[in-house]
Amino acid sequence: MSYTKRVDGRKFDEFREVKAEVGLIKNADGSALFSFGDTVALAAVYGPKQLHPQHLQNPQKGVLRCIYDMLSFSVPERKKPGPSRRSLEISKVTEWALSSIVDLENFPNTVVDVFITILSANASTRVAGINAAAMALADAGVPMKEMVSSVSIGKIDKQLVVDVCKEEEDYEEGEGATDIPMAFLSRSGDLTLLQLDGEIRPEELKKAIKLGKESCKKIFELQKKALKEKKLEK
Amino acid sequence: MELSKLTRRRIYEYLKTGKRFDGRGLLDFRKIDIETNVIKNADGSARVKFGDTDVLVGVKLDVVEPFPDAEDKGILITTAELLPLSSPRFEPGPPQIEAVELARIIDRGLRESGFIEFDKLSISKEKVWSIFVDIYPMNANGNLIDVSALAAVLALKTAKLPKYDEKKERVDFGEHTEKKLPLTNRLPLTVTFYKIGKNMIIDPVQEEEESSDARISIAVSKDKEALFHALQKGGENVFTEEETDLVIENALKKHAILAAKVKEKLEKGLKSK
Repeated sequence: MSYTKRVDGRKFDEFREVKAEVGLIKNADGSALFSFGDTVALAAVYGPKQLHPQHLQNPQKGVLRCIYDMLSFSVPERKKPGPSRRSLEISKVTEWALSSIVDLENFPNTVVDVFITILSANASTRVAGINAAAMALADAGVPMKEMVSSVSIGKIDKQLVVDVCKEEEDYEEGEGATDIPMAFLSRSGDLTLLQLDGEIRPEELKKAIKLGKESCKKIFELQKKALKEKKLEK
Repeated sequence: MELSKLTRRRIYEYLKTGKRFDGRGLLDFRKIDIETNVIKNADGSARVKFGDTDVLVGVKLDVVEPFPDAEDKGILITTAELLPLSSPRFEPGPPQIEAVELARIIDRGLRESGFIEFDKLSISKEKVWSIFVDIYPMNANGNLIDVSALAAVLALKTAKLPKYDEKKERVDFGEHTEKKLPLTNRLPLTVTFYKIGKNMIIDPVQEEEESSDARISIAVSKDKEALFHALQKGGENVFTEEETDLVIENALKKHAILAAKVKEKLEKGLKSK
């Protein structure tokens, strides 16, 4: 049987319910929460601040540093606290997804730290984390050229879907599940994150990227709305 | 992030006149907010705020082999991770002493109070339930010990056992029963007293905590009578006997305030079902 109906009843191009909020962590210079359904990411930004040790400093511009991790009880089977190979890699691709949007030329020798914590996981955690991080950077007032929005596109059997949930990620029938997290800049539409796990035909990948780009436009509107709402509160 | 000498001096001067920056009395808590069952994948969870200090505690359960010296008893493992997300003072990396001490103080209170009935956590000779209590501050602004202790008790109280498949000898993670953990009425709640100059305060904000050079944490439970279970004196400074007397007397009063908050929350939780 082919994948003609999504497990949670969504349309193929529909992401789960999004919650986007900024300014939840008082200690941080900026913070944001972004969720796709039961996948909840919290991000905090600290900086720009002096970077130690000194040899990591860049005299030309400030450095962006991202750390992604999950709470031990964010997943059904407890995850051992502390970084893993998986979380280290996600931290790095998140950093690459975000680094082109920040403009740290006026902050040489400093660092902007972005900490992303997954409170609750139901697939697509890295893309929720990137969305939260981009909002937290804006909330912190870090100079930015544009925003980043991120989504996962799945190929479940032969069907392309937006925002893969855990049950879809584990789909085994037909051609199985392929997960493609991606991120796009808000203005230029350029791509800053692309990963893939599974198998896909070249033509399908082209379609998947188009679909992701369209979804990210909608996600960007939700990020923008949350940031504006906070401004109005003040 | 060293506290400035000026701030420290002003905190001292204020306390001398019986005042604090935020207008509280020396032995007053900040506003306490409690939420339970906040994380879907946790077996139990609680988010507790004392003012701006915000701590999330989750409980995870698994079935494991018992320790050889306690074959008929369940297992408790308490950890704390001081997320750099929650404060500019915390750095990424392996747990520092502050996190280790925090987890150990909470662990001792839970263990020694008789709150958890460890012998009822035994399934067979080879299998027992193992309880993980994991503590994460979301925003750290002083008094992590007392906030975490309260959140841990509530996370345990609201926890439901996952399904255990006896044939496969494995927990079906993600599937829950309606069964709760075997717990008694001895809720171990911790009250920590911080000494600043000659004054004693509770529930410090970060600046106050950093101005203090000695503290005593007491885990108290009260069923028919009140009992102390876990003590920890921290910091370089000393306590006089008058000071320890003051701490002992006030620990009971302050415990009563926290216990009332917990009861109120638990009763509300029952009614809403």
